[in-house]
Amino acid sequence: MIRAVLIWLLLAAPAFAVQPDEVLDDPALEERARELSKGLRCLVCRNESIDESNADLARDLRLLVRERLVAGDSDSEVIDFVVARYGEYVLLRPRTDGANLILWIAGPASLLAAAGIGAAYLRKRRVVHAPEALNREEAERLRQILDD
Amino acid sequence: MIVELGHFTLILAFAVALVQMVVPMWGASKGWRSWMAVAEPAATMQFVLLLFSFAALIWAFVASDFSVRLVTSNSHTAKPMIYKVTGVWGNHEGSMLLWCLILAFFGALAAWFGGNLPERFRARVLAVQASVGVAFLAFLIFTSNPFLRLVNPPMNGQDLNPLLQDPGLAFHPPFLYIGYVGLSMSFSFAVAALIEGRVDAAWGRWVRPWTLLAWLNLTVGIALGSWWAYYELGWGGFWFWDPVENASFMPWLIAAALLHSAIVVEKREALKSWTILLAILAFGFSLIGAFIVRSGVLTSVHAFANDPERGVYLLGITAIFMGGALTLYAARSGGMQAKGVFGVVSRESALVANNVLLAVATFVVFLGTIWPLIAEMIWARKLSVGPPFFDAAFTPFMMALAVILPIGSILPWKRGAIGKVMRPLWWALAAAFAVGAAAWVFGSGRSLVAPVGAALGAWLVFGAAVDFWQRTGRGGLADKAGRATRLPRADWGRVVAHAGLGVTFFGIAALTAWQLEDIRVANPGETFQVGVYDVTLEGVRRVEGPNYISTMAEMSVARGGEEVARLFPEKRVYPVAGMPTTEAAIDNGVFRDVYLVIGDPQQDGGWAVRTYIKPFANWIWAGAIIMALGGVLSLTDRRFRVAAGARKAPSTGVPAE
Repeated sequence: MIRAVLIWLLLAAPAFAVQPDEVLDDPALEERARELSKGLRCLVCRNESIDESNADLARDLRLLVRERLVAGDSDSEVIDFVVARYGEYVLLRPRTDGANLILWIAGPASLLAAAGIGAAYLRKRRVVHAPEALNREEAERLRQILDD
Repeated sequence: MIVELGHFTLILAFAVALVQMVVPMWGASKGWRSWMAVAEPAATMQFVLLLFSFAALIWAFVASDFSVRLVTSNSHTAKPMIYKVTGVWGNHEGSMLLWCLILAFFGALAAWFGGNLPERFRARVLAVQASVGVAFLAFLIFTSNPFLRLVNPPMNGQDLNPLLQDPGLAFHPPFLYIGYVGLSMSFSFAVAALIEGRVDAAWGRWVRPWTLLAWLNLTVGIALGSWWAYYELGWGGFWFWDPVENASFMPWLIAAALLHSAIVVEKREALKSWTILLAILAFGFSLIGAFIVRSGVLTSVHAFANDPERGVYLLGITAIFMGGALTLYAARSGGMQAKGVFGVVSRESALVANNVLLAVATFVVFLGTIWPLIAEMIWARKLSVGPPFFDAAFTPFMMALAVILPIGSILPWKRGAIGKVMRPLWWALAAAFAVGAAAWVFGSGRSLVAPVGAALGAWLVFGAAVDFWQRTGRGGLADKAGRATRLPRADWGRVVAHAGLGVTFFGIAALTAWQLEDIRVANPGETFQVGVYDVTLEGVRRVEGPNYISTMAEMSVARGGEEVARLFPEKRVYPVAGMPTTEAAIDNGVFRDVYLVIGDPQQDGGWAVRTYIKPFANWIWAGAIIMALGGVLSLTDRRFRVAAGARKAPSTGVPAE
């Protein structure tokens, strides 16, 4: 219970995400910082990026990202820097390596498979099945109807 | 006393559900009519008992009876009356009772309006529905009983989570649950049909209105939740790909697929076994959703009950119902024979493509949602799957869907020709390209999101217009208008729902691409410019609400020297819950929202202020509401009421064995 309350407090602290004092003077650099922040997870929050989060740790990370950018790092260098410290858990966009390949390929692969099955089904449905022959009762009934 | 009565009727409802599960099912297999006839009164009784039980819980909240544990932990005397009532389902136990009530309500509806179903089939449907009820009532009574008393009641309660004290969130759960639980009806129809071993056109017609009802409520529920996030979380995000959101989105996608494939079953007697599978899976995703939300197995912003024991129980329910239904499916589905024959270019094929895209998209969302669990269990990798993944992996399927939709919806059944179908669509395509080009110019070529999204949205809307134009036939405007009024409601529904999807597409693309944001420190009296607007912070004052204290800013928004709006963004603190919330102030418009947020006072004077210009934001939810409206129109189609009963005693069904 206490943990839940703490999490809520962290979540909804009155300050909002990016503070005015964090914003970089160079708009191009700030833009990059925002983009990078959107892909980094706030570690103490539940599924929020540091760009959205109000937690102190998220603020520290935002400042760290900006620090690295001002120091002249490229985007991928900043990401590597953060991942080296906090692990890949911090990445909201899972890396395309190792087992994660399954995750990334699953969509296109299952689309191909489903399209294949769908196409096979459609081909099958083009074949006209001969209607089943009438059994004796049905034939009798049909004759009655036609006679009427 | 009333609380005890509510508790008692809850247990009684459980007993009734047990009877309703066993007796009609047994009667149906033996052909005993009197046993089958038990189903209807039992369904009605179960509903009435649960209704009383739910009313008793509402009474406990309204009367602030703090000897009830649930009321103590979720209510407070100072809370406004409406939130005392909605607080009933703003927690795990109460919302589970609402879930069971809706489950019983659907059972009762099927009993009241199922007069056109064959007797044996109806008995089985109601028995399967009752079995779901039994599982959830047992879950409620044994792990999350809302009626437990406290030995030493406190003087006052702990208040409801302030984020939930909001009109948007107050009505978001009921809609969502009608959607989730409504899919149990499709599930019951599917399982009963598998037991019966017969799926025919009539089955497609019976299952569709129930799915439609569930789907349209799910649409409204998701839209409300998204709208709430937009204005409440303080920065105007509307979708976060959070596990809990995905939990509601997956059943929605599958239900959308089911709606379309049921049409093929009804009109063409094809895709039967696939449709049955979808009906089972749609409810399966509802169950998985309940598990995700209530077990805490996946970290999420809005999971509200994290109890491993409940999680295990819910996983058990999911495993039993899905395992049972899928086993039955594996055993019986092979015997289902498709009748309809059609060419590769036909409406049937388009609907198959719709189903392929929706099913694969659902699978991608599902895999992304549970991937952190899988990666940790198998490879011991702790990783996250967030919005960047879903945006990249999910969006292409929706775009493909949007591309084929207008073509598919006017393709004829059985066999069509692309050239002929495209003839009336050329102008829609040209208009869509024009809209895309305009978006490109307006956005000065910054990103492709806006032009592509706007063009697809326009393609859907204009395509729906062409669809409607085609349906009204040839001749002059007067003829067309006359025919339009006589058009089946299902056609109206289709056109409206498809256009709604286009509106949502457009809104999402425009908002994502063209949003303006401004973060700054402003002193009272200071004016600053955001886009075409001049925003002035007039002042900040302290205001006391019924159960909160607010820091309220007064801000004016002007354009060209003329005031457009005067807004009062707030920052509230709820002392009892010890929680702050931000209340953004929004000037809603058709073409843009001006969205203002007040932040903290700064050390050297002034206030942190955030301003957003959000173009076409409301189109996102307007589109969802239009989609739901299409669902309502379709639901009132005459054939669901009349033709369904025209089917005489079945004699030519498809045998399963």
